[in-house]
Formats: sequence, C-alpha cells, structure tokens
Amino acid sequence: MRKLLNTLYVTTPESYLIRDGENVIVKVNGEERFRIPIHNIEGIVCFGYMGASPQLMRLCTDNNVGLSFLTPSGKFLARVHGRVRGNVLLRRTQYRTADNPETSLDIARGFIIGKVVNCRTVLGRGIRDHGEVVRCDRIRSADAMLIENLPGIDDCANADSLRGIEGNCAKFYFDVFDELILKQKDDFFLSERNRRPPLDNMNALLSFLYTLLAHDVESALETVGLDPYVGFFHTDRPGRPSLALDLMEELRPFLGDRLALNLVNLKQVTGSDFLKKENGAVIMTENGRKKVLAAWQKRKVDLITHPYLNEKIPVGLVPYVQAMVLARFLRGDIDGYPPFFMN
Amino acid sequence: MMVLVTYDVSTESNEGKKRLRRVAKECVNYGQRVQNSVFECLVDPAQFAQLKHSLCGIIDEEKDSLRFYYLGKNWKRRVEHFGAKEGYDPEGLLIT
Repeated sequence: MRKLLNTLYVTTPESYLIRDGENVIVKVNGEERFRIPIHNIEGIVCFGYMGASPQLMRLCTDNNVGLSFLTPSGKFLARVHGRVRGNVLLRRTQYRTADNPETSLDIARGFIIGKVVNCRTVLGRGIRDHGEVVRCDRIRSADAMLIENLPGIDDCANADSLRGIEGNCAKFYFDVFDELILKQKDDFFLSERNRRPPLDNMNALLSFLYTLLAHDVESALETVGLDPYVGFFHTDRPGRPSLALDLMEELRPFLGDRLALNLVNLKQVTGSDFLKKENGAVIMTENGRKKVLAAWQKRKVDLITHPYLNEKIPVGLVPYVQAMVLARFLRGDIDGYPPFFMN
Repeated sequence: MMVLVTYDVSTESNEGKKRLRRVAKECVNYGQRVQNSVFECLVDPAQFAQLKHSLCGIIDEEKDSLRFYYLGKNWKRRVEHFGAKEGYDPEGLLIT
C-alpha cells in the first residue's frame, strides 16, 4: 500500500513558490519562509495570488505531487497538470466505458449508493450519539426517505433519472442536516445547501472542505492513471473534473460533512472565523482556514479499516483506494465497483 | 524512517571547501537542515540508499567523516529540541 505523505498548505497570500534542487521553497516578499524536500509531500495547496515558478511546477509533475491554486477564500482556480503519462490502455478503457451509457450508469449507481448509504450513516450517528438532544423524529423521517429511494437507484433506467434520485436524496439529507448541529446554533445553521458563493457559515465551511477533498481526489485519480475529467455520472464539460466529482459523491459525507459537524460541535471553529461580505457571500478568515486545515490534516492520518480491502489504512488514502478499485474494475479484474461505506 | 546525517568535511584546501558545499547541497535535497552540518532526513529505504551512495561518492575518506544515525519510524520521541531555530515536523501540519 502506498504511503500517505504530507500536504503543504500555503496560506499567506503574498507567497511565491520556487524550486531549489529537490526542495520546494516558499518565499514571502522575496524572503525564504519555508523549505521542504519534495519527496516528503504528495500535494501542495496554494491559497495566494503570486503563484509558483515553472521550475517548481516541473518538480511537482515529475514527482507526481498535486499542485492546486485556490483564491485566499478557498475557491478553486487551477491545477497544474504535467505530461500525460501512465497507462494509455487504462485511459482508453475509461473513455470507452464512459461512452457506453449502460456501463456508465452501472458505475454511477455505485457512487450514488455509496453517497446515500453514507448520508444515512451520518444521520444515524447523530441519533445514536445525541438521541436526547436532537429531534430524532425529523432525522428518522429523512432517513426513511433515503431508504425508500435506495431501490430506485438500482432500478433507474437512465442517467437522468439517477440524477433525479440523487438530487432528492441530497435534499432530504440537507433538510435535516441542521438538526445535527448541536452547538453554536446562532452562528451555524443550514437551512439549505448553497454555494458559489456560500451564503452562511456552515455552507462556507462545507464548500471549503469539499474543495480540499477535490484536490485529494483528483490527485488520487491521476496517481492510478485515470483521467479525472472523464466521468460516468457527471457529464463532460471543459475544465470540469467530472470523474473526481463522481468519486466525491460517496466520500463527501464521510470526509467533509462529518468533519464539518465535529468542528462546529466541538467548538473548534467559531463565528469569528467567518466574514460576511457586502454581497452576502461568506468567506473564511485566514485564521479560520488554518484551523480547518489543521483538523483536515489530522483527520487524514487517523486509521480506519477499509471495508473492501479489509486492511488498516489512514483516512487520507481512502480516495486513493477508491481510485485504485475503480481502475481495477475498468480493467476487468473485479466484477463491480465497490463503493466506500463508512462505519 | 528518519535518518540523522552529520558530517565533518575538512576545509583546509579549496577542494575541501568544494566538497563541503556539495555535501551540504545533497543533504538539503533529502532533508531539513537543523544545524550547520546536521540534517534530519525523512526518507524511505530507497531514497536513503541514493543519499548514502551520493554522499559517499563526494567525500574524501582520508580527510572527511560522515555519520548516519538511524532514528526509525518512531523518531519523534527520540528528538528533543532546545533553543533557537526549532525545525518543522515533516509529518505534522505543514502550513505557511
């Protein structure tokens, strides 16, 4: 199994990244602030406007290190993509599979089943851990709706009806998500899921975590030789990493939502970590982002037993493992794509 | 695993000074400079073999010395720091 390496987060907006030998150097106003050998990291996430030198980009692509640029508020801008390499046969199989509506639908079903089951787990956890304080009846009825929709995923005839089911399930889930927020109710609530821009603190927190997850999922897909831009559920659109979005569906509840809830319920983030702008958009402060990044990074080294591999792995490798089993399925080594079920 | 690399390179001659610079440069590629001629390198066995090979190729065994301390996987409890210029933990949160 691959080793989980560290990710470097650059949050000072004036930083510029350069290369020196095998080192990544972060410069702020021309002065060296930080230096680390490239082989100690597997990703760089850069929140800033200054950017990085082409030499550094080369160092990253040569070493398979993902390099993403985000705005200071965490909106995704760009990702450095090196020479296309890896297994051309696997990629061709991926394209052919994506062109075939039936097999695409089969794989997409896996992603959505994973998503719905994991959403149920999040809801169930809320009832189990905080049964006395949450309105269980509301959560239970949402859960019942999710159960009701599960058979439909298997039965649906085409991608559009699957999208419909997915949309419904997401709605039922986010309708009661607010019930799971137990502390700091004045600052954190979720009346609906909104984005681009997020309009309240909770939505801003979720969007930020999803952006971090997207960086990791895209890197994971590239590592196993899949093309993150050709998806089975999300349709092709220039500049949209459809396959990464597909794979994220089943991982969001586990890696994003649960962490967001923990951060709020354990009061690790507070209302003062968010700023409301004139146009109603909510962004996180630099301090808030640092707290979330710290929690995210810490979460990634927790060990879990992967349900399919039955092997202990760090949480941070889950996207990689899912990318790997997806590649195996496309190659024909296994009969179906096993979604990730959290426990 | 964590390997501590320390060296003494004789700088009496110009060749020596050149070797010193080359050794330092090679070490920087693999790890963190914690003191002037002391490096903490978090490497896998293959990377370490490369590092060792290239360092041994640079030094003059008559005049210089090179030492590797193997701190293993649980190196964190084997390292304590006092005073200025505390380094970063390559396995911890990297944020600047």
